[in-house]
Amino acid sequence: MSSASTSSLPLALSGGTRLAGGFLRELWHDKPAAIGLLVILLIIAMAIFAPLIAPYDPAAQSLIARLKPPAWLAGGSWAHPLGTDHLGRDVLSRVIWGSRATLLIGFSVVLLAGTFGVIVGLWAGYAGGRVDSLVMRLVDIQVSFPGILLILLIVSVIGPSITTMIVVLAVTNWMVYARQVRGIVMSVRQTAYVEAAEVIGCRPGRVIFRHILPNLFSPILTVAILEFTNIVLAEAAISFLGLGVQPPATSWGLDVAAARDYIFIAWWLITFPGLSIVATVLSVNLFANWVRITADPQEREKRFARAQAAKRRRARGDQATVPAE
Amino acid sequence: MSTPEPLLEVEQLRVEFETRAGIVHALNDVSFSIAKGETLGIVGESGSGKSVTAQAVMGLVDLPGRICGGDMRWRGRSLLGREGQRYGRSIRGKEVAMVFQDPMTSLNPLLTIGTQLCEVTERHLGLTRAQARGRAEELLAAVGISAPARRLGQHPHELSGGMRQRVMIAMAIACEPKLLIADEPTTALDVTIQAQILELIAELQQKLGLAVILITHDLGVVAGLCHRVAVMYAGRIVESADADALFTHPAHPYTQGLLRSTPSLDVVEERLASIEGTPPSLLDPPPGCPFRPRCPVAFHRCLEMPPMAPVIAGGEAACWWAMERALPENAFLGTAD
Amino acid sequence: MGSFILRRLWQGLLVVLGVTLTVFVVTRVFGDPVSLMLPLTATAEQRAAFAHEIGLDRPLLVQFLGFMRDLVALDFGNSLWQRRPAIEVVFERLPNTLLLIVAGLGFAILASIPLGIIAALRPGGIVDRLTVSLGLIGLSMPQFWVGLLFIVIFAVQLKLLPTSGMGTPAHLILPALTLGLTPLARLTLLVRSSMIDELNQQYIKAARAKGLGLSRILGVHALRNVLISFLTLTGWELISILAGYTVVVETVFAWPGLGLTAMQAIQRGDLFLMQAIVFSIAFLIVLINIALDIAFKMIDPRINLN
Repeated sequence: MSSASTSSLPLALSGGTRLAGGFLRELWHDKPAAIGLLVILLIIAMAIFAPLIAPYDPAAQSLIARLKPPAWLAGGSWAHPLGTDHLGRDVLSRVIWGSRATLLIGFSVVLLAGTFGVIVGLWAGYAGGRVDSLVMRLVDIQVSFPGILLILLIVSVIGPSITTMIVVLAVTNWMVYARQVRGIVMSVRQTAYVEAAEVIGCRPGRVIFRHILPNLFSPILTVAILEFTNIVLAEAAISFLGLGVQPPATSWGLDVAAARDYIFIAWWLITFPGLSIVATVLSVNLFANWVRITADPQEREKRFARAQAAKRRRARGDQATVPAE
Repeated sequence: MSTPEPLLEVEQLRVEFETRAGIVHALNDVSFSIAKGETLGIVGESGSGKSVTAQAVMGLVDLPGRICGGDMRWRGRSLLGREGQRYGRSIRGKEVAMVFQDPMTSLNPLLTIGTQLCEVTERHLGLTRAQARGRAEELLAAVGISAPARRLGQHPHELSGGMRQRVMIAMAIACEPKLLIADEPTTALDVTIQAQILELIAELQQKLGLAVILITHDLGVVAGLCHRVAVMYAGRIVESADADALFTHPAHPYTQGLLRSTPSLDVVEERLASIEGTPPSLLDPPPGCPFRPRCPVAFHRCLEMPPMAPVIAGGEAACWWAMERALPENAFLGTAD
Repeated sequence: MGSFILRRLWQGLLVVLGVTLTVFVVTRVFGDPVSLMLPLTATAEQRAAFAHEIGLDRPLLVQFLGFMRDLVALDFGNSLWQRRPAIEVVFERLPNTLLLIVAGLGFAILASIPLGIIAALRPGGIVDRLTVSLGLIGLSMPQFWVGLLFIVIFAVQLKLLPTSGMGTPAHLILPALTLGLTPLARLTLLVRSSMIDELNQQYIKAARAKGLGLSRILGVHALRNVLISFLTLTGWELISILAGYTVVVETVFAWPGLGLTAMQAIQRGDLFLMQAIVFSIAFLIVLINIALDIAFKMIDPRINLN
């Protein structure tokens, strides 16, 4: 990881620690991205340490404590900070445990689909010719599939479970990676240094690992991060529709679905699991946005220029738009 | 030389760009003027500030760049400040027009040639669509494009580079401007086309009585076309003279170096000389004369910035060495610091 | 042009073939249509009879060919739930879905262009940063959740709009807004960023040097170029709405469209209806892709369809 990331940052000769320090300092300048990363780390910690943090068993029902509002409302108590649901289960504990399904599915799908997509993309881009046009035709066709609808049909036939979900989402989401990787491989192969490496007789394996993979790292990282948010939203939607995570397991989407019948009397039941999804996806988006810009020197310069221009404009009392100057 | 009533006067113009690495001083105290019918060549290597000068005149310096000092006047009225910017908008495209370096990217790829030509006259001369189309045909014919009526319906990608530059020129002269700024108009073109485009500009200048500012890195281009030449280096004008004087008696060591490194068919030389070193960073320019680090004749005075001084007949240069050569008695130099 | 459309149709045919193969393999090889469609109480004879009726006792290849033949004839079998041809149900519900999509995506398209342009005029300014922040938040909200929040706020608390169903134009507002929110966010961010890029292009400088007005530079020169990527993304949004988002939104608002019907078919184990819906949507997506290519050709003269 460290060796690959240096390729996107200028001349980090002085080793990984200073690089990481500079990276953190630069991140700190972009407050939303820094907060995003912090929230992501918190959510990951929450998922890992769920049994230690959660005050209750997420499945423990309590008929005497049904539909309790959050603590700060009349009728609420700090025994259930975020209230309880229609079966008296603690909302906070369910939110904490729910992060597990989201992250597990998100990470596994990105890993599976990403690995498969990158391999296919490398293959198509490197082999070129017939193989390439065949593989890309396949990608084109699968991209035109009616996504979630087909997933719903498949899941309803096979039977819903977390494993089904991971497999089906991975099988339907590898194409982005393949396209991206193939495009990069095609353009990198035309550069002089790869041609030179091939001319002097480097084996394909060496060419791929030494010359092509480093160029892939940052774009693939960006795609993978963005795909992660798509998968989280897809998982939530499918679970909400009842074809994803099945009870007694918990998932934020599933909890929102269960709370649907109570929206007239207990708004908190849909609010907190929903906010958890928003917080996760938003944090990842904020961080991904920053990674994309920071990995690209040109974008970096543009970002700086815009900030300067905006500062100057504010100082000048905000006149003159760009093109009319 | 000193023609009455200059069209455009640029005085002590400074432009800087704020980048992540620091402030780039792109133009430093640039002054020149141009009168009706005159041709001024601005010469320099890339990064010397030629194009920024043109963009400043056309009001195209965008944030993070800004004009931070000096003045520009069109027929006596300033183009800076709120009032000046409004005045500038009313004359740009109409009285002052510009031809850009790269005709490939300067035309909107999605609009027809006709649309892009007509919009100029419709805006500035208030022509109707039909009148504008008629005028557009005339213009295309005037810049030597055959079958103009058919070209109007075509898109830029259907034309060759030379054709596109002709279209750009047609657009620039659409409102019969008084000043045409041509920013490296031939750099992106094939050599054979280059001569044609330059001929076209010269011909139009004669016909329309245009003043032309020709920006180029190619001294050969300047020699044939320009009355006067300004040589730019590191965001400054280092020498400005009548074309003949400049080519026969270049005063500034940089100009001399440029001339020596320009191939010529007339004189058989054993080898071309190149100027050692690279231009200074505009981020953190060295003190004194910007050419000092590369200058073969630099001496202790060059640690101070030389002023422009009339060191040759019909021209001036910013160089202590040239000044001492021109006036060995050093009569007035005591005041320079 | 003609040969281009033919080629795209051929590619579309491959898509439909791919969907067919997927559905066939999943339902016949991985799943068991009989146990899916018949109630648990069905006897062994009933099961065998049903399997014979839908041809499950024949070899797979024969089954597949029959499957294809029925498809060409638009014969998806009878919906078990509605007791009439599945395709009839599709044709009945499709207009409702299209109405919802036109309203939702139309709103997103109309609002995103001015919002994106305003943000792009002063990149880094307050309006711009606000737009980007709201856009990112919009992209981060699951639609089913937004829909439920809308119901809680506008229908339950403020009692301004109906909670669900279809009928008056007021019924359309919340589902359309919910459906349009994600596309609105994504399209606005796209208009903003590609507008910023276009405004830095050389041809914009040339247009400014020609002394053109701001409205002409933005509205004609820059916007025309922004439209290319805008159209790409709009098409992509339309396809993902058709292929999934409508299911979610229609379920939340009980909007009687194809998406809600798909969920009902799944709950009732109505495989034939589900297949009919999936194929109709796949077919629509193929048509949309062809229409998009033609639209590109109209905007961008550089594209050579052949």
